[in-house]
Amino acid sequence: MTSMLDIVLLGVNHKTAPVALRECLAITKDETSAALKAFQDLASIREVMLFSTCNRVEVLMVAEDKAGAVDTVKSFLSQLKQLPVSEFEKSLYIHEGDDAVRHVFRVAASLDSMVVGEPQILGQIKEAYQMATRTKTSGVLLNKLLHRTFFVAKRVRTETGIGDRAVSISYAAVELGRKIFGTFEGKKVLLIGAGEMAELAVEHLIRNRTGDILVANRTFENGMDLAKKFNGHAIRFEEIKDMLEQVDIIISSTGSPDYVVTRDHVKGIIRRRRNRPLFFIDIAVPRDIDPEINRLTNSYVYDIDDLKGIIDENLEDRHKEAIKGERIVDEAVISFRQWYDNLDVMPTIVELRRKIEDIANGELKRTQQTLGHLSADDLKAINRMTNVMVNKILHDPTLLLKSNGRHQDKSVYLDVIRKLFKLDE
Amino acid sequence: MEPLFILVIIFYLLSTIGYLLYLFFQKDYLQKTGFYLLAAGFLCHTAEIGYRFFRTGQFPVANFHETLSLAGWAIAGVFLLFQYKFGLKILGVFAAPLVTFVVVIAARLPNVPKETGSLLNNLWLVAHVIAIFIGEAALALACGAGLLYLLQENAIKSKHRGFFFKRLPSLELLDSSGYACIVTGFTMLTFGLITGLIYAKSVWGRFWSWDPKEVWSGITWLLYAALLHQRLTVGWRGRRAAIMAIIGFAVVLFTFLGVNFLLKGHHGQFTRM
Repeated sequence: MTSMLDIVLLGVNHKTAPVALRECLAITKDETSAALKAFQDLASIREVMLFSTCNRVEVLMVAEDKAGAVDTVKSFLSQLKQLPVSEFEKSLYIHEGDDAVRHVFRVAASLDSMVVGEPQILGQIKEAYQMATRTKTSGVLLNKLLHRTFFVAKRVRTETGIGDRAVSISYAAVELGRKIFGTFEGKKVLLIGAGEMAELAVEHLIRNRTGDILVANRTFENGMDLAKKFNGHAIRFEEIKDMLEQVDIIISSTGSPDYVVTRDHVKGIIRRRRNRPLFFIDIAVPRDIDPEINRLTNSYVYDIDDLKGIIDENLEDRHKEAIKGERIVDEAVISFRQWYDNLDVMPTIVELRRKIEDIANGELKRTQQTLGHLSADDLKAINRMTNVMVNKILHDPTLLLKSNGRHQDKSVYLDVIRKLFKLDE
Repeated sequence: MEPLFILVIIFYLLSTIGYLLYLFFQKDYLQKTGFYLLAAGFLCHTAEIGYRFFRTGQFPVANFHETLSLAGWAIAGVFLLFQYKFGLKILGVFAAPLVTFVVVIAARLPNVPKETGSLLNNLWLVAHVIAIFIGEAALALACGAGLLYLLQENAIKSKHRGFFFKRLPSLELLDSSGYACIVTGFTMLTFGLITGLIYAKSVWGRFWSWDPKEVWSGITWLLYAALLHQRLTVGWRGRRAAIMAIIGFAVVLFTFLGVNFLLKGHHGQFTRM
């Protein structure tokens, strides 16, 4: 009987498994498609999709015999990854029915992510779903579930501020810069030193259409290489002081034990800059930029701790917004449940109608053969009468099945009807 | 009080509520609603002032009620124009309550028509009054932009970004719109002073008579002239410009009200109760 079909999800994520274990279980794209094909041949699993990111490995399936399907997947993973089941069993979570649906919604909406609100996860799920449709392992249930999932994820993103605030150092710096300068157009950027975070910040700024990029490095050649990467110019380390007059944003990340830019450097040039604002982003530890500069007019200094402070605040905001997201997910779970309940009613109604119609048509044909003298008009009238009878007989049972009763009541009726009319044979 | 004036107050009040809700919830439609309500209030207000002008045949600044009402009208008008041009939405959070406050005060004052003779029918005088009011309204907005600038700068400098950081626009936008307000205000003030001098000459035969109002107007004008001069020569901007805009407006307020109540002069009739 169809109502026995259920959605089951099992997996591990950053909350249940350490990175060492997630690494071991991570499934590559080739392995995914092989796995899907292998699952396809199993009777216990009707529909399945599989997704693996650096923070989670999950298998989402529709199965009749849930426990059996779960065991199958476990032993498959164990075989594929050469890892005894006992090694990962404790980290595994298994969700069924509404819980599984909720989990998928939450993951896609980035409510379950390590960095709540990060946008990549939705794309990764879309990819996994495409893989499942290509190998034809997704069916009615998963198709519906995934389309709902994409819809829910989009709603959460647009209706809450879950992804609004910067949660990385480089983004936080750009967000701050925007509050100072409004637009970055024509603003000159000076990068002092090098380093991943600093370079990322420069890249974000370039994406926001800043003006010239200058790079200062103790080793001029290194500066040249970096400048080439950003399409900018290299300057000598000694020139920094003079350049302060021209640049607007300074990102510093050197290994220098002393301040690279001191208060006196800046104080001298404020007037020559005609008081245009200066924004220092100090990513270095120990610091490169004298914090006293922050007290000068129209000069703003943010060091790595300040930026981390912003990120913490923003994360807190995201968590607040996530609560709204959970509400949207809750609604969606209920509405999916309603669709799902109707789904197992519909086939029964269709089968019931088919059975009655078959009986009626069969008898009609037999009657026509014995009563050869009837005119065409008479036959038409009898046909019509039979149809009306079928409809009237089916009317009340159909209404009963379609009514919005509790699921449990319905499954009782479904069961009785299927038994009464022997629909399962 | 006339029904039309009550309507004006209701519109301004609703606009204030709209803008305050915008401050908290940051939904664009709230700001738009606030803007249109203010515009509706402004239209009614214009009709009310026009009707008064038509009925009495004199420019409606004959008592304190009318003067304040006109001041509120000028602030609303100048704000609508600036908002339309620069789109500094958040300034409504300052402007709408200010307009409402001024108009409500006006409504609580007795509105007894005072006879001023033909004094208020002179074209120079009408030009003088309108220019001064528009100028002062623009300077009020400059003060508002200055206040917002200080709030935002404090949030950035202190690194304790609280309630205002995400709600206020960039320092650059606040600074440049404050500057635009001051340029407009100063221009209108200059024009207003010139027409005032011409009027004085035509009525009293002298351009300048060292009346307290004249002296303080001169001080106000010099203050803003200095501020603009500093900006153009050494690039006074940011915090210092914002503070100056606020101080400047305090002096404007004193010239507008303080002189009439504390000192005596030939502008006293405008603030008669």
